Amino acid sequence: MNKINAYWQKLRKQPLFLPILCLCLVLLFNVIKTPAFFNISIQNGVFYGYIIDIINRSSELVIMAVGMTLVAASSGGADISVGAVSAVAGGMCIFALGSDSVYHIPYLAGFLLAMLTGIACGAWNGFLVAKMKIQPMVATLILFTAGRGIAQLLTEGQILYVRVESYKRLGAFLPGVPLPTPVFVAAIVVILTTLMLRYTALGLYIEAVGINRRAGRLVGLNSSLIIFLTYTFCGLCSGIAGMIITSRVYSIDANNAGLNMELDAILAVALGGNSLGGGKFSLAGSVIGAITIQALTTSLYAMKVTADQLPIYKAIVVVIIVSLQSPELKKMLTGLRNRLALRERVA
Amino acid sequence: MGSAILTMRNISKNFPGVKALDQVDFTLRAGEIHALMGENGAGKSTLIKVLTGVEELETGEIRVEGIPHPIVNRSPQEAQANGISTVYQEVNLCLNLSVAENIFIGREPRKLGAIHWKEINRRAKTVMENLNIHIDVTKALENYSVAIQQMVAIARAVDISAKVLILDEPTSSLDEQEVQKLFRVMNQLKERGIGIIFVTHFLEQMYEISDRVTVLRNGGLVGEYEVESLPRVQLVAKMMGKEFDDLASIKNESSSQKNHSGEEPVVSARGLGHAGTIKPFDLDIYQGEVIGLTGLLGSGRSELARAIYGADKADCGVLHVKGKKVQIHAPIDAMKAGMGFLPENRKEEGVIADLSVRENIIIALQAKRGMFRLLTQREQEKITDEYIKMLQIKTAGRETPVKQLSGGNQQKVILGRWLLTHPDFLILDEPTRGIDVGTKTEIQKLVLKLAGEGMAIMFISSEIEEMLRTVSRMGVLRDGAKVGELEEIQLTQTEVMAAIAGGGNGE
Amino acid sequence: MMIQKLKNKITGNSFLLMITILLFAAMYIAGVFIFADKNFGKMQVFLNLFISNAGLIVAAVGMTMVLITGGIDISIGSVIGMTCMLLAWMMEKKSIGAVPAIAIVLLVGIVFGFAQGFLVAYLKIQPFIVTLAGMFFARGMTAIISSEMISIQNPTFLAMANAKLYLPFGGAVNKKGVMIYPYIYPSVIIALIVLAILFVVLKYTKLGRAIYAVGGNEQSALLMGLNVRRTKMKVYVINGFLAALAGFVFALNSCGGFVEQARGFEMEAIASAVIGGTLLTGGVGNVIGSLFGVLIKGTIETFITFQGTLSSWWTRIVIASLLCFFIVLQSIFAAIKLRRAK
Repeated sequence: MNKINAYWQKLRKQPLFLPILCLCLVLLFNVIKTPAFFNISIQNGVFYGYIIDIINRSSELVIMAVGMTLVAASSGGADISVGAVSAVAGGMCIFALGSDSVYHIPYLAGFLLAMLTGIACGAWNGFLVAKMKIQPMVATLILFTAGRGIAQLLTEGQILYVRVESYKRLGAFLPGVPLPTPVFVAAIVVILTTLMLRYTALGLYIEAVGINRRAGRLVGLNSSLIIFLTYTFCGLCSGIAGMIITSRVYSIDANNAGLNMELDAILAVALGGNSLGGGKFSLAGSVIGAITIQALTTSLYAMKVTADQLPIYKAIVVVIIVSLQSPELKKMLTGLRNRLALRERVA
Repeated sequence: MGSAILTMRNISKNFPGVKALDQVDFTLRAGEIHALMGENGAGKSTLIKVLTGVEELETGEIRVEGIPHPIVNRSPQEAQANGISTVYQEVNLCLNLSVAENIFIGREPRKLGAIHWKEINRRAKTVMENLNIHIDVTKALENYSVAIQQMVAIARAVDISAKVLILDEPTSSLDEQEVQKLFRVMNQLKERGIGIIFVTHFLEQMYEISDRVTVLRNGGLVGEYEVESLPRVQLVAKMMGKEFDDLASIKNESSSQKNHSGEEPVVSARGLGHAGTIKPFDLDIYQGEVIGLTGLLGSGRSELARAIYGADKADCGVLHVKGKKVQIHAPIDAMKAGMGFLPENRKEEGVIADLSVRENIIIALQAKRGMFRLLTQREQEKITDEYIKMLQIKTAGRETPVKQLSGGNQQKVILGRWLLTHPDFLILDEPTRGIDVGTKTEIQKLVLKLAGEGMAIMFISSEIEEMLRTVSRMGVLRDGAKVGELEEIQLTQTEVMAAIAGGGNGE
Repeated sequence: MMIQKLKNKITGNSFLLMITILLFAAMYIAGVFIFADKNFGKMQVFLNLFISNAGLIVAAVGMTMVLITGGIDISIGSVIGMTCMLLAWMMEKKSIGAVPAIAIVLLVGIVFGFAQGFLVAYLKIQPFIVTLAGMFFARGMTAIISSEMISIQNPTFLAMANAKLYLPFGGAVNKKGVMIYPYIYPSVIIALIVLAILFVVLKYTKLGRAIYAVGGNEQSALLMGLNVRRTKMKVYVINGFLAALAGFVFALNSCGGFVEQARGFEMEAIASAVIGGTLLTGGVGNVIGSLFGVLIKGTIETFITFQGTLSSWWTRIVIASLLCFFIVLQSIFAAIKLRRAK
């Protein structure tokens, strides 16, 4: 018994314990509800199934959560413009490619243009936060407000459609590949970011600046530059996510592309056990967080909850997570326990 | 001189592992300015906190004139209700509100339920004019200098309860003129019969304004003295303690005085300064020497070091490192020129608390190498193990978060961080503060060993004994300026104290 | 010396407000000239600014108060949506009278504000995160009440919504030779009353001054004996009430509820407050400024309507540019102040 207890304690100390537990709970719930949950079948040469669907649909969120994780770690704030930036980037690409039966410019050029747009937006946010020293949420509020306006400027207020079949591939399937493309894109982003953090000192720098900016400065780090870079990178991630979003629907709707994604991305970071106040972070945690959110969404859909009712459940999850993280709640509970103990003793 | 309006008897206070106050007595009379002095950790601020209800009173008794029973203050508000007000070093007012409102917030006069602005402004004007300060009280506080802000804080405190006024380091961010203005206000209040507790580390100012002084050291009471009959040197001795003997020196006595003439200094500063903290100074530091900086707290000893390293960018003067002129815009420039810096405030500027021992050790070297030349995991581990062994850092492992280590071991981690960068010149600002005796000795030995190997070291400490053991030359600072240097031969307790105290022979 | 004086003046907080008022005046006068053929200068056009933005005025006033404490409330758009839906649902599906329905939604707003206030003030969770959750919650709740649009048919309510109150002056003779006086709706009266009350509360009550003190320096406020937690709590409760009231005013204009109603409204409120001189770092702000912020936004919209060919999303871009301009201006002022303090 003791042994099990010790083992449990050790397990609980694992950094990714809570995020994985959350994910498992959601999955367990689904299996009970839908026994065929883990089944995967092959239709028309591609895989089908709940699990595939969850992983596929969570791709954009995973990509955005990666950028958001770095932003939160370095600056202790959130970039609330990611959804709007993804709309701008997607809009820019389709605007350049055009709505005719052939692309106006090569697809790759359009793709690069979208990436550059994302980077430019991120750099703007980074400039405001790192150089102008504006609080992150306020600084990114500007693009949050303007982003969709700019996207509409590009699309002239209409939904722009693409008329070239191959545009769908990024959001659907590549010929002959049984898994959806977004999964690969998300995997590539996660792997490249992990490699970047592992083979350069950037990860260490980001954590150091996020934990103690003054100490970071004294050991020779350029904190402004590091924060700027994380915002720029976050912009790039939003750009990539924007490309997948537009490819899925084969069009750009400036009003709805990436809508509310910023909230999900922040939630994914928090669900992954990362502090929104900066410092130590775990990319894997955020990825698991993002998948958990999508799993939750999918299972709620399966329970006939409509898309517009969904936010209520997410809100409850957010409140529970942040309340549990709050040291004040702990203090309150300890105070309450002491008072109860005192009363018992008196009685 | 008036009767006692505040008496504190046998005040003791324990923090985990530390006896912060031990049986301290303190008496304040009406109409006197009573200085409270002592070095870091002497217990001044704890005493004030216990008095004002910020910290809980454990044992002892506080009595205030006019209240028949001993009082216990549980919050600054209660202390205020008992007639004790405090003005802190950093002005604790709201800069966005007007002067008048800052004086009256929380107790605004009202008319028909609404705040009576005319009355507030009129009364505020009177209160300020009583202190001989004529300003527009309707303007926001942020438009005025720190000195005026301080006066407003005093005005508020006096207006609320006019018996005991505590001024906690009020002059540290004021210039000479502003200090004089403050002193005029203090003298006026004194004439009104208010008792003022003046917490300060400036000797000159203490002598200028105070009637009596109470000295604390290591949480204990040293004594209460009439200022007029206490020579400076004696005061310094009382503050610093004199229970040490020069023979205990672990320094190799045979190392005779080195002659540096003709040798090129490792670091040479000319006219370096930082407005408001350290006046321009000249300093040469040679290879293999340990130079000490001494002076009381706030004398500019840390600020001098920070200006050299670029922790606070110097705004005048030139710096040469090994004969080459260097421009230091940020610490990284100093590091590239071969410097290292262990800051005074370990928690806020030293350790990166959530990172592991390994990351804390390698980070400076990594920053110097640049982002793309990451030390491999194996290199990092090898280095970390090596330094843990060399410095005998007590840690559960190299991946333990540094915040879980004791103060002394954290300090060793930071030392290791800098040794790893192989600096030519290493600045150690209070490296032994708040760590156990054993580790202190280890660090002193290490300093001598490193100097023996040719490193130039700047050693700053508020413990003279420790300095005498380790340094071969000493720069003396007073009131934000470097006022002299002591050569090895002069390094005795009496000489050093006389130099710190300054002002002739202090009679 | 002169320059220093000028600098003092420029970085003074009333200067931001002055810029805003001047900007509004300049825009409006420009409009009168540019759209002279379309009668931009008519009294009714000016009043329409208030009529179409009555809800925003209420919301922006509440937002200003929250921003002054150094907090933020991004849930109000959703709360407004929820309020409209709840009103419509109660009156149309549950046949509850207009007055009790209004009372219930206002109560719901207070409860909502109470919950958010507790999390912010007592659990010390970042206001942004708390109200983000609040935003999700209210929007989801709206959908749970009904995912279909509900139009309000309740006669009492419609009477309130459509009661034209004519001004006794400023009339003009129309083409048929009939004297037509300019009018407003009751919603405008509500908005102006809220504005006046909040102005008085902020300027002349202890709570109001505590709000400024908390926003200026929380630590100092605490040391000066103010109850910081309770002040914040009150602010979020009042703002919850005001959000619900703004929802009611909004419903007077829209006469219906649907899930996506008032999405992004919080950003308009924040933008109005910031353009009106409220500092996002807290401690400085003024409801009169926020009124002008709202009027500027309204004027831009009127321009775009009068112009006829520009799309509505230009409003967004212009607002964002203004927002950006003011945020950067604020940050520059803060930097100057900081340097001067040193």
